[in-house]
Amino acid sequence: MTLTASRRPAASRPSKASRRAEGQPWRGPTRPYDLVKEFVIATVVVGMLVVALAALFGSPDEKALTLQGWAKAAPADFVTTTVTELDGSSPTAGYGPPYNHAAGGQQLGPLPLARWIGGYRIPVDTAADFVLNPLSQLPATPPLTAALQQWRAASSTQQQNWATAYDTAIGKAPDSDPAKAAAGDYGPVPALANAELSLAQAGGLDGALGRNAGFYASDYTLSLLFLQDGSYLADTSATQHLSGNQWGMMNETGSFPGQAWLWLYTFWYQISPFNHSGNGDALVWAVMAVLVLAFTFVPFLPGIRSLPRRLGVHRLIWRDWYSRNT
Amino acid sequence: MTAPPVKPEPRSWTALVRGRAVAALPPDKLLPDTQPVYVASWIYVFGVLTIAALLAVLASGGILALEGPAWYHTSVVGHFANSLHLWSVELFFFFMVVHLWGKFFMAAWRGKRALTWITGALAFVGSVGTAFTGYLVQTNFDSQWISTQAKDGLNSVGFGAWFNVMNTGQMLLWHVLLLPLVLGVLVVLHVLLVRRHGVVPPFDAGDGSAANEAIDAVASR
Repeated sequence: MTLTASRRPAASRPSKASRRAEGQPWRGPTRPYDLVKEFVIATVVVGMLVVALAALFGSPDEKALTLQGWAKAAPADFVTTTVTELDGSSPTAGYGPPYNHAAGGQQLGPLPLARWIGGYRIPVDTAADFVLNPLSQLPATPPLTAALQQWRAASSTQQQNWATAYDTAIGKAPDSDPAKAAAGDYGPVPALANAELSLAQAGGLDGALGRNAGFYASDYTLSLLFLQDGSYLADTSATQHLSGNQWGMMNETGSFPGQAWLWLYTFWYQISPFNHSGNGDALVWAVMAVLVLAFTFVPFLPGIRSLPRRLGVHRLIWRDWYSRNT
Repeated sequence: MTAPPVKPEPRSWTALVRGRAVAALPPDKLLPDTQPVYVASWIYVFGVLTIAALLAVLASGGILALEGPAWYHTSVVGHFANSLHLWSVELFFFFMVVHLWGKFFMAAWRGKRALTWITGALAFVGSVGTAFTGYLVQTNFDSQWISTQAKDGLNSVGFGAWFNVMNTGQMLLWHVLLLPLVLGVLVVLHVLLVRRHGVVPPFDAGDGSAANEAIDAVASR
């Protein structure tokens, strides 16, 4: 059978009449098509495929890190991080919205969206939340009580001077090991940092950092921020090829496929200016917002909406139709 | 003696909704047993495969929900259910992306089908968000890393204050209730729109009348 329905080459501009007709109910030849049967077969086939893949490859489940494990495996990093929470030099302490006022947050051009939309809804005081409050919950011992009292009685300038001096001394110590830091006037900071280390090594800090903890806890913001302020989390992730410059979030631990569908979002972080701009995250979000809008409204974008006709892949998809109708 | 039939109230909301629903999607349009002849390519299978994979995602997620988010860490059965969930999600995205490209190459928004494309595009974006929250609630190392990395992007535009990826309880509820609800509505709407407007015809095929005329001409020779 040879039909002659098509009157013009598919790459040329369609007439208004032709475009109008595309929206009308189909009046041409049809063929039997069993939708329900197709759906049932698809469901069974996909189900079998899923079971086979799950049985063959399983799924990853790398155990979560704990603050206890960090304190035991990398005590120097743990103590150093604790000191940076006290002197306000940790990433979280200097983050800005939504955690604190230490920085203005990222901007999109002149728009401080981080402040306008987010504000400071999740207040975090790193010294109090990560160190002083957990230590205050410990059974009182004379050295710890004295250290806490000395810290609280001091002015904020004095607190800052002690913590910064100790932080600097650790940085100069061999292997940045707090135990090898030179002697100096650090006030109660070494005692507080060591008490925090002991608390964490005993497993007490993991529970103590649960926000709104009470009896039930489901918010791990404080634990994760504290964990991220150290090097332990980043070092572990690098061994699992999860760092930002390794296409980070779209990967999965081990050799399992991760969120491959995030490739475009992750891609921007690999190139300039996104990978070095102070507003890199906001810029990536802006680019992705534009792309998502464009993707959603492709039918209305001149040029893009005409692309399929010019590319000609449709001739492959509808080859039977075109072979009979041209 | 049987009671006389009750006449429907002319201003009844129920009758109005039913009338409009049936007019928009009569049964033979909702579940047709024929399709235009051009619906004859493997690419058409990827739409139904996507829906089938979505059902597998929902079923395996439902099994995980029976015992809670930490079950699969300690149970062999739970771990297998987690594997089913992972692979159904991977297949779901694979099928959906092939379906999407197929529809792009067909320019499937032609003939008043723009809303069908838009609901499909939004369903894709919604699926990315739903899968992302799934990775956040694995309660393992991966979710620790992903949440601490993802917070910066969200915080940079202010969303992180409202959608806190380190609040596992909040993310769990987004993952199992809010996002699937939105996604479910979008998918149903998308499928109904496909049924209402039919499958987009090939370029220059119009409504197929010309093809019918050609067939008649051939038959009359």
